[in-house]
This record gives sequence, C-alpha cells and structure tokens, in this order.
Amino acid sequence: MRRAYSRGLVAAAAASALLLSACGGNDNGGSSGGGGSSGGGTLSIGFMGAQTGPNAQLGINISNGVELALEQHNAKSGVKQVKLIKYDTQGDPTQATNQAKKAVTDKVVAIVGPAFSGESKTADPIFEEAGIPNVSPSATNALLAKNGWKFWHRVLANDDVQGPGAADFLAKTVGAKTVAVIDDQSDYGKGLADAVRKQLATDGVKVAVNDSINPDASSFAPTVNKVKPANVDAVYFGGYYSAAGKLVKQLRDGGVQGTFMSGDGTLDAQFITGGGAAANGALLTCTCSSAVGSSDPAVQKFASDYKAKFNVDPATYSAEGFDAANIFLQAIDAGKTSPSDINDFVSKIDYKGVSKQIKFDSNGELAGNLLFVTEVKNGKLAFLGDTSQAKPSA
Amino acid sequence: MWNDFTQQFWSSTIDGLTNGAIYGLVAMGYTLVYGVLRLINFAHSEVFMIGTFAALGAVTLVGVDSPQSGLALVGVLLLMALIAMAASGGVAVALERVAYRPLRKRGASRLAALISAIGASFFMQEVFAIWKGRDQVTFPRVMNKDVWFNIGSGQVRNDKVLVIVAAVVMMLLLDRFVNTTRLGRGIRATAQDPDTAVLMGVNIDRVVMTTFLIGGILAGLAAALYGVFFEITQYNVGFLLGIKAFTAAVLGGIGNIRGALIGGLVLGLIENYGASIFGTQWLDVVAFSVLVLVLMFRPTGILGENLQRARV
Amino acid sequence: MSALSGIRRRIQFPDFMGVMGSWWDRTPWYGRWTLYVLLIIGAFLLPSSSIGSFMTPESDWASVLFYPIGIYVLLAIGLNIVVGQAGLLDLGYVAFFAIGAYALAVFATKKGWSFWEILPLSIIIAAAAGLILGTPTLRLRGDYLAIVTLGFGEIIRITANNLNYTGGPRGISPIPHPPSRPNVEVGGVKILRYGVLDARPYYYLLVVAIVLVIIIVKRLEKSRVGRSWAAIREDEDAAELMGVPTFRFKIVSFVMGASVGGLAGAIFAAQTTSITPPNFPFILSALILCAVVLGGSGNLLGVILGAFLIAWLPERFRGFEQYRVLVFGAALVIMMIIRPEGLLPSRQRRAELAEGTGGMGSLGGETGAVAGQRVEIDEEPVSGHPPEVLAGRDEREAGG
Repeated sequence: MRRAYSRGLVAAAAASALLLSACGGNDNGGSSGGGGSSGGGTLSIGFMGAQTGPNAQLGINISNGVELALEQHNAKSGVKQVKLIKYDTQGDPTQATNQAKKAVTDKVVAIVGPAFSGESKTADPIFEEAGIPNVSPSATNALLAKNGWKFWHRVLANDDVQGPGAADFLAKTVGAKTVAVIDDQSDYGKGLADAVRKQLATDGVKVAVNDSINPDASSFAPTVNKVKPANVDAVYFGGYYSAAGKLVKQLRDGGVQGTFMSGDGTLDAQFITGGGAAANGALLTCTCSSAVGSSDPAVQKFASDYKAKFNVDPATYSAEGFDAANIFLQAIDAGKTSPSDINDFVSKIDYKGVSKQIKFDSNGELAGNLLFVTEVKNGKLAFLGDTSQAKPSA
Repeated sequence: MWNDFTQQFWSSTIDGLTNGAIYGLVAMGYTLVYGVLRLINFAHSEVFMIGTFAALGAVTLVGVDSPQSGLALVGVLLLMALIAMAASGGVAVALERVAYRPLRKRGASRLAALISAIGASFFMQEVFAIWKGRDQVTFPRVMNKDVWFNIGSGQVRNDKVLVIVAAVVMMLLLDRFVNTTRLGRGIRATAQDPDTAVLMGVNIDRVVMTTFLIGGILAGLAAALYGVFFEITQYNVGFLLGIKAFTAAVLGGIGNIRGALIGGLVLGLIENYGASIFGTQWLDVVAFSVLVLVLMFRPTGILGENLQRARV
Repeated sequence: MSALSGIRRRIQFPDFMGVMGSWWDRTPWYGRWTLYVLLIIGAFLLPSSSIGSFMTPESDWASVLFYPIGIYVLLAIGLNIVVGQAGLLDLGYVAFFAIGAYALAVFATKKGWSFWEILPLSIIIAAAAGLILGTPTLRLRGDYLAIVTLGFGEIIRITANNLNYTGGPRGISPIPHPPSRPNVEVGGVKILRYGVLDARPYYYLLVVAIVLVIIIVKRLEKSRVGRSWAAIREDEDAAELMGVPTFRFKIVSFVMGASVGGLAGAIFAAQTTSITPPNFPFILSALILCAVVLGGSGNLLGVILGAFLIAWLPERFRGFEQYRVLVFGAALVIMMIIRPEGLLPSRQRRAELAEGTGGMGSLGGETGAVAGQRVEIDEEPVSGHPPEVLAGRDEREAGG
C-alpha cells in the first residue's frame, strides 16, 4: 500500500509536469505587452473580437485591417512603434469579459473593438471603468450609445439607421407594397428586423408575414409555407449569411419570387455560395462601405495594399477596422500616449477615412447616417452606393 | 393562428412528412443501438454528418455540377447513396470499436459510455471543422426540383417524394432483416437478454458490430438524401438533427424500428403544424412539450418499445 | 481497443483513493477540520497574479476563477446530487442555472430589489421549477428522463429568447451589482467592492456559497435522505420493495439540484451584468455532466476536480485555439476507456465497479429480463391473473 501510495504521487507529479511543459506555446495572442502606457517604449493597441469560432470571418476582416494600419504606421520613420495585441473572444460575451480584464492588465492604450454587439455589452463597462478608449468598427446595436459611456465610439451608423433605411429603400426605391419580415431570433437579427417592421408600418407598407427562424435548423419549410401564400413583393431577413443563404434558396425553391433584402450580417461572399443561383438579385445593406470598386485613389490604395498583404480583397468591416486603428494612430502621432489623452483627441477628431468621414457625436456615435446598398449580380457582390443613389437592377 | 393552420395545412403536412422521413432514418440508427446496448449513441449525429461530406465527395468526384436527369440522375443518386452509406457505416463500426467496445469489455457504466459518446462526437465534429472549415459547404444541384402537383397549399415535389419513399422502403427492409435473417434474430436476442443470447451461441461482438453498421448505413442514406434535398452541409449539421432524431426515436418507442420511423414522421408533422399555429420560434418548445405529454400518458412511446417485438 | 486495455493492465493505477480513504478514516475530527479550514483559506488565496501567470497567461486569472471555474464547480456539485447521488440522468441542468440567473435579472431590473433580497428568491424559484419538471417526469425510466430533461433545458432557453418580459434575444442588462462596502480591505484587496473591473469579490462570494453547499450536501449524504438516494441509485425496484418512497426522494434530489443551479445562476448574473439566452446552451449541460462523470460521480472532491479541469484546461490552452475542442473530445474518450469510474471515484463506487454493476447504478436502463418488467404487456394474460403478476412469475422462472 505504501508503494502504491508513493507511486501514485510520482505519477501525479509526472502528469502535472507533462501538462505544464506541454503548454509552453503562446503564439496567437501573445503574452502581456512589455510597453507601459506612457513614457518611452512601445505602446500597445488591442483588437477584441472573434478570431476563431462561428462568425470568425467578420472578426478576421477587422483584425486584418488593423494589422495593415499598424504595419504601415510602424514603417514610417521617426514614429512611436505601436504593437498589436489580439484578444480572441470567439464573439462570446462571457469570454469577452475575461479578455477585457486581461487587456486592462496588459495596459493597452486603446482598443479596436469589440466586434459584436453582444460582447460590447459586457466588455465596454470594463473599458469604461478602466478608462481605455475603444472604437468599434462593427457593433451596430443602437442601445450601446445610450449608456452614457465616455470612452466608447463607433465608426459606422447603428441599426436604428440601417433598419429604417432599408425599410424606406424597400418602400420607395423597390416599390414594395407587401413585405414579409423574417428574423433569426438573435439580438442583432431581431433588432434589425423589428426596426424594419416599425418603419415599414410608418411608410404605409403592409407587413403581411412575420416569422422567426432558428438559424441552425436545416429546414425553413414552415417559414416558406407562410410566405408563399401571402404573395409578397419583398422578403426582408434580419440575420447572418449562413442562415440567409439557406433561406433564400428554400424560398425560391418554394416558389417565392419577391425581392430578397437583408443587412450587413448577410453581406459576405458565403451568402452567395450558400444561396447559389437563388441569391442573385438580393439587396444587402450596410452602414459600412465597400472598399472594392471605389473611384477614390486613397481607397484604391487601401484595397490593393490589403490584397497584397492578405491575398484576398478587403471584406465587410475591413475598411472600418483600418480607419479605427488609424484614428488612434493619429492621436499617438500627435504626441498623446495616455489612454485619457488619446480618448480626448479621438472624441474630437474629424478624419477622412477609407470608409467614410469620421467624426463623433458627444455620445460616441458616428455623426452622419449613410446607408449603403450592395446587390448580388451574377454570383458576385456589386456595390451600388448609398441609398439615395442606389438603383437595383430588378 | 388557427387560420394559418388551416391555410397551411397541406404544405405543413407534406413538408412535415419530408423532414420527418429524414428524422426517421436517423432515428432508426439511434433506436437499434439503444435496443441492443441501452446506450444513447450521442455520436450518431456525427456518423450522419460524415455521410453528408462523403456524399458531397462522391458528387465532386464524378464532376457533377449541374442538374441531371433520366439514367444519369439515377446513377448519381445511387452513387451518392452508396458512398455515403459506406462511409457512415464504416465510421459507425470504427466508433464502436474505439469508443464503446473497451467500455463494454470493462463493464463500465452506461454513463461512462455516454460521456465517451459525447467526447467522440466533439472529436469528429472538430476533425471536420478543421479539415473542411467551419462555414457551410454547398452541394451542386444534382436534381431539378420539379413540382409534380399541388394538394391545396402543399407542393408535391420530386425530391420530397424521393425522401419519403426511401425512408419507408428502408424501414421495411430493416424490419424484414431483423425479423427473418439469422443475424436479425441475433440482434433481437441480444436486445432481449444478452446473457442468455451468449449461452444460445450468439456472437455478441458481431451482433453489436452489425447493429452499428446498419445504423450507420441508415444514417448514410439519410445523409445522401439530405445532400440532395438541402444542398448544404457543415461540420455541425448533425447536432440539432441528432437531438431531433433521438427525440423521434423516444417518441415512437425506443428500441422499436417502426416506432422510429413513425416517431420521426410524427415529429416532423408536429414541428410544422406547431410552427404554423404558434410561429416558427416556438416549434422546438411545441415538439418537446408534445414529447412530455406523450410520455406521461404512454411512457414507452407511441408504439411501445422492444426490438424483439418489432412486428407490432 | 486491446492496445489501450493492455496499457491499462500494465500501468497499475495506484490505489490512491484507497490509501487516502483509510488514512482519512483514521484521522480524528480536529485533523479533518484543520484540513478543511486550510483548504478554504487556500481557495481564498487562489486569485493571486503569480498563480495566474502560469494558470492562465492569456486571460485574467481572477475572472477565469469565477467563470468558468468557480461556477462550473458549483454546478457540478449540484448536478452531482441528481446524477451522482440519486442516479438520475439529467441532461438539462442548464435550465435551472438559467432560471436562477433570469430570476435575479428580472427582479433586480424590474422591481429594483437588492441582490441579497433576490438571492433566496432565485433559489426558491429554481427549486419550484425542479418540482414542476420532476413531478410528471420522474416516474419515467432513465433514458426517457434524459431526453425530457434535455427538452426542458431547451424549452427554458427558447422561451426566454421569445418572451419580451425576459428581454427576448437581447436579454437583460445592465444588472446591478450587490451593494458594496468599498472600505473593507483585507491584504490590499477590497473584498466587498463589487464592480466590473475586479472579479475577486464575486469569487470570494462564490467560495462562500460553495462551502455552504458542500456542508449541506455532506449532511444530506450521511442522513436518511442520502441513504435512500444510494438505495434508489443501486436498484430502484428493490428500494421500493424495501419501503423507500423512491418517488419522493427522487423529487427531493431534483429540487436540491435545481436549487444549487439557481444559486449559481443568480451569482453569475450579478457578476456578468448582462445575460442573454445564448449564455445557457445545451452544451453547458453536457459539459457539467462530463465534469461530474470525469471527476468521479458521487465523490464531492472528484466532481470538484472534474469541473476544475473541464473549466480550466480550455482556457489554459488558448494558444491551441483550433484544436481545443478536438483534444477535449479525444481526452474524454480516452479517460473513459482508461478510467471509466472517474478520476477520484468514491470508495463506494469502486466497490460497486468491482462488483460489475458499473458503479453508477444502471440509470434505469436494465437489460434483459429486468427490462421486461417495465414494458407494457401487450398480450392477453392467459389466466385471470393481472399482467404484473405474470411478469413477476416469468422473472422468477428465468432466474433473473
């Protein structure tokens, strides 16, 4: 028995040693930055968002934009070097809290992110209390601006702009008289769809069908069976691209012919892959703009630099991520090195970014409310411009 | 609410039966394994998922990228089905060998086997997530979806008919197999009393392997049909489907083959009817509530359990 | 697989628990209590940054200690009452966690009550939910209970997602913190200052809760209730025959488990200040179940260890993001093959395993002749005797 006991101890010790030695690797994310928040040395900016897990692509688009901005900045001579630390939350609000606290301990001077609205809700109070300026390039939930946060900003218009803008577009430009509005039961999707429902009612358009799908389900037959008999002119979907692709395909196979419209969560090439031929003609809105196909030389340079570095075109929110990083870099170049100084600088900035002109309201919202429309034409995303000028082909 | 129900009755019915048929095919696999081993084979959903990828592989292999018709269509469908069935069957057998047999030999509890099943499920999902990526993968359209005729609001489409007919045929084949062949008798005997079965000369290991193989084959067929019908797959496509299919198996009477198909069809119908009445966001709540009600009044499911009484 | 069982035979897993167990029995009560106190002090000292730098270099250690580690530990202790002690397979434990969290959130935001006022209420509401769920379903056999509890977990989550009262998909936020006493400082740490920045006050609260629950559970285990649970777990029919009111005690275990879940939910909601339906997925139920079984179902120390590992390891291995779940799944399978009784099985369990019943009761899923007992007899009885008597006679004849 004594032998068994000591063998047990040896085994336990060996196991723990093995375990601890095995986890030496610390690649993605890196350990805490050595740079302090002020004084000489490197400064660190954090990116917070999904790098892995579902919907990681949106987070990656942004972090790519941020990386590019920092790389271009650090290459200039005579500037303070700025380091990027990525905090992967997988888009999960509870992971976001842990990562946010880590960012505070790491003494980052600014955060680009959080990428999603859900994680913003939990992480931003931490940044607010710690006094770290944060700019979100993609979290569009309108309620985020109503918390009285002083350190929070975002560089795109919120869903209270996107929803009504889409509804007006359907009513006026597309000329729909009856619409079916579907959401995916998520915070983002339902929020957007509800905003559309409300505005459509104001515009005098009849919302003939309201339904709510489970985006993980394979069959949306119940929804298709509700929409088909209603003979609607258009179907609006609030949700993300993988469900949107399945939905539009099943709608078309079920004989529904109205225009399909959705928001920025659907704005991804994956929507076209998933929807196949059924995706053609779909109209997708975003308060983010597209860097591809622009006539502005600065934007074209961004697009080609991005493509050169990452081998893909900039995608949804890449330009916004790039701009968010750059406004922080502007502050640093102006000599601000403490988080509160950077926050003051950024709050008053008026900067021409590659996505849009960036200027903030007193509550951190972007001043200005442009909404952009993209159409799916022949299996590709075709940028149509903002809602006042966009002309869908159908 | 009820207006919608009556207006959408036929479309709900047809689509409910179609979905239900897929549930039923997968449920038969759950029910077989449960009947013999009293194990909830959590990883069966991944056996299905792997079948879908195999079917996709089959289609890509022969280079089909547009809808076929006539003999070519039959050929493609058969190929998808056979390759998916082989892949799923193989995975199921391997799963049994690696994750369950050692536990069986050890006399481990069923709870340990359940945890092993959960672990195997995660593992297989992740293998495919890493290999094929986490985003959806699309099938090319191999069959034009022609509507043959309408019953009220319901469209009777060729792919829907295919799914339902295939499920019923498979159920009948399986039923016949279990009731007439020697191996089938072995399965029933093991389900009823494993110790006596051994005494009567039944090779339990072979019986268990066959059970998993058949379950896998059924899942593979379901996978091929899924690929033709929904035209997408993803690393986690088995998860929700698996839970639904297991619910269907319990609903119909766990351990009962016909019950699995009936349970599947009934579940599909309940989902669609429930969605038309209450709205799609409530369909899972409706489905589970019906399950609880059925079990309260008929604790062994609609057709009752017992593999050895499959002739019910 | 023969290879693994060969390895098993060669690595004699030391009889660690057996040794510790007999030493433990010989220690007088003051020795044991000293150890307990030391452990509790150790738990309070855990969130130091030096430990944190190697435990979770990529996340904030104190936050991780609270969630997932601390919360999973509390949930595992709760589920252990249901699964480990009473032997009931519950696949929907997350429902009670959600109910406790939502109860706190709703009462705090809509009625403005303080945390301490709502806490007992959350526990009571969760207990009531356990009662409501248990009463119609605990008469069902093992695996039926599994799917029904799974369904219930999903029903709760989906209902919370669909109702406006619970905030729909948006959830409820911000949830106010418990009232703070910012001036109480112990060793440089403000232990009663509940805010978003420092998770430590919440962690201490959680440790206190865990200790209280452990005390209650231990008392129950040694009481008549615990003995009844053991009887139900091993052979429910025999227990019923011996006069144990099995249904009633099953309900008690369910309600106790639900209460612990509710408690965990309430503390979680207060710390995280924002809860949404995606916080409570089915997979969390599965993970806690894994924690219980992996650790050693029935053994309190075992399930705590199991929960700790299940919560901590994915955080530790953040660097291997891609492969985290893959390794986790493989680890589960391998662990079950090598040591299906869990890391630290209770001595009782190991004796049961040696006996060959798997140490876990059979969760209501007996095979063979015993299974025939519960099934509806669909043949006409040959004589005037009621079917149950006939079934019993068959059992005796078969010698089962």
